[in-house]
Amino acid sequence: MLPFLIKRLATFAATLAVASALVFAVLELLPGNAAEVILGATATPQSLVALEQKLGLDRPAATRYGTWVWGLLHGETALSTSYDTPTALLIAERLHVSLPLALMAMVLTVLLALGLGVFAASRHNRPGDVGVMALSQLGIAVPNFWFAILLILLFAVQLQWVSAGGFPGWTEDAGGGLIEGLRALLLPALALAMVQAAILARVTRSAVLDVLREDFVRTARAKGLSRSQALWRHALRNALVPVLTVAGLQFANLLTGTIVIENVFVLPGLGRLVFQAIANRDLVLVRDVVMLLVALVVLVNLLVDVLAAVLDPRLRQARA
Amino acid sequence: MTALLWAAAALSLVWQPWPPADIDIASKLQPPSAANWLGTDGLGRDIASLLLVGAQASIAVGVVAVGMGLILGVALGTLAAAQHHAGRVWVDTLLMRACDLTFAFPALLLAILLTAIHGPGLFNSVLAIGIFNIPVFARITRSAALSVWVRDYVTAARTAGRGALGITRDHVLPNIAPALVVQATISFATAILAEAALSYLGLSVQPPQPSWGRMLNEAQALMFQAPLLALYPGLAIMLSVLGLNLLGDGLRDLLDPRLSRQR
Repeated sequence: MLPFLIKRLATFAATLAVASALVFAVLELLPGNAAEVILGATATPQSLVALEQKLGLDRPAATRYGTWVWGLLHGETALSTSYDTPTALLIAERLHVSLPLALMAMVLTVLLALGLGVFAASRHNRPGDVGVMALSQLGIAVPNFWFAILLILLFAVQLQWVSAGGFPGWTEDAGGGLIEGLRALLLPALALAMVQAAILARVTRSAVLDVLREDFVRTARAKGLSRSQALWRHALRNALVPVLTVAGLQFANLLTGTIVIENVFVLPGLGRLVFQAIANRDLVLVRDVVMLLVALVVLVNLLVDVLAAVLDPRLRQARA
Repeated sequence: MTALLWAAAALSLVWQPWPPADIDIASKLQPPSAANWLGTDGLGRDIASLLLVGAQASIAVGVVAVGMGLILGVALGTLAAAQHHAGRVWVDTLLMRACDLTFAFPALLLAILLTAIHGPGLFNSVLAIGIFNIPVFARITRSAALSVWVRDYVTAARTAGRGALGITRDHVLPNIAPALVVQATISFATAILAEAALSYLGLSVQPPQPSWGRMLNEAQALMFQAPLLALYPGLAIMLSVLGLNLLGDGLRDLLDPRLSRQR
């Protein structure tokens, strides 16, 4: 396991390094510079020079890249040009909404997918199975932001059970609370979970069907276990490896999906932050938010690989 | 459903019930009628016309983004497989690692990066979705091509003196084409969804060009006055994506030799 872990961590570090170089190159080295983008085409040469000095653009690219990466690793990020606040503080504030949202969506995804997938597999080629597969085809085709709008129409406009958007905060001092905060994130999490659950349900069904054909399941039935006992005690546990692998990869999709859903529900998360940064031409903030999201995607892929190797030792030899 | 999407886009090039950019505030938020089959939006524009012309953006993004992925991805994938078979595994490893790196940048993040510098527009969104498609096709091509390279008839061709380029053109590509066709339909569906999301966020097609995603954004602002406005563009996106996914599933069943033998 150790050689596999070392190799995987080295790949993780290399991927992050190259990704950071790419983000830096796209935002700092392409035609025009950040000062020109921020001030626009009508900027005077004097104002351009002043802003370039403020942003450190008069230094060589390699020095600016090194300073940026060093700051990221130590949590000492540059000041956002529009908020005049270290980007790390802004990002940390917004993570209080985006991370719980992504986690809630992940929990909903796994619960829905496992339930539907196992149900479909246990009723293979019968109406229950066909119904679940038809629903999952629809689920994959529905845009999550449209589903979010439909949820708002039903639960906020028609039934008025929840508000149409916004976030009250996690504490009562902020005017919210734990229950109010979870309630505000429920519809957004459902909208995010729907597509991912549809995909994961198909994977679960396929994995459970494969395991149900194995000899040990036939042996378990021959020993007197009922069909559902064999399914839950033996088949599901062995089907979990591919299911967890796909679920882990979907977490990366959920993280980027929060960008769209936060804008639908007007949630003060990373998605809204990056769009405000684009509107304000705050390239420093855009750079740091994008890098954080890329790093989270790469980290999740690493954790999925390690988890899969822990659950299935054959993968350690295959990948080492 | 897929044919309907293409027919709508083609029809909109020569005819629309009303010019989609025609604003008529006096006729805003009208219900469906003989004059406006699906009603009008918040600016009095005919919704049926907007839907028809909006199909153009979806088709355009799908064709260009999938085309980029196909051309560049297949080139990279066949190169990686040929180099792997020739013993230069390091070339294969390098190319696949570069593809893995691209997976760290989902299309939405790429579009955000490009928009931050160059401003929003259809070109940036097509570029972002297209770049994301390249490693998808590269991986599928490499995997399928590797299995073709070990076949007896390819070994015979090499023994007869055929070069890697000739073998790739005459043997590898025809044999991997079915897998690529299936992936192309699935990627087309994904591209339509991605473009709709980017349009919803204002990062893709810009006014006055209609797009389904931006229609949803505008409908959301009016959902208390006219809830039905949000229904039509969402249905259009859903039916287009569903049709393409079902087409991909059907083609996979048709072109997979193991499933063909079972029939």
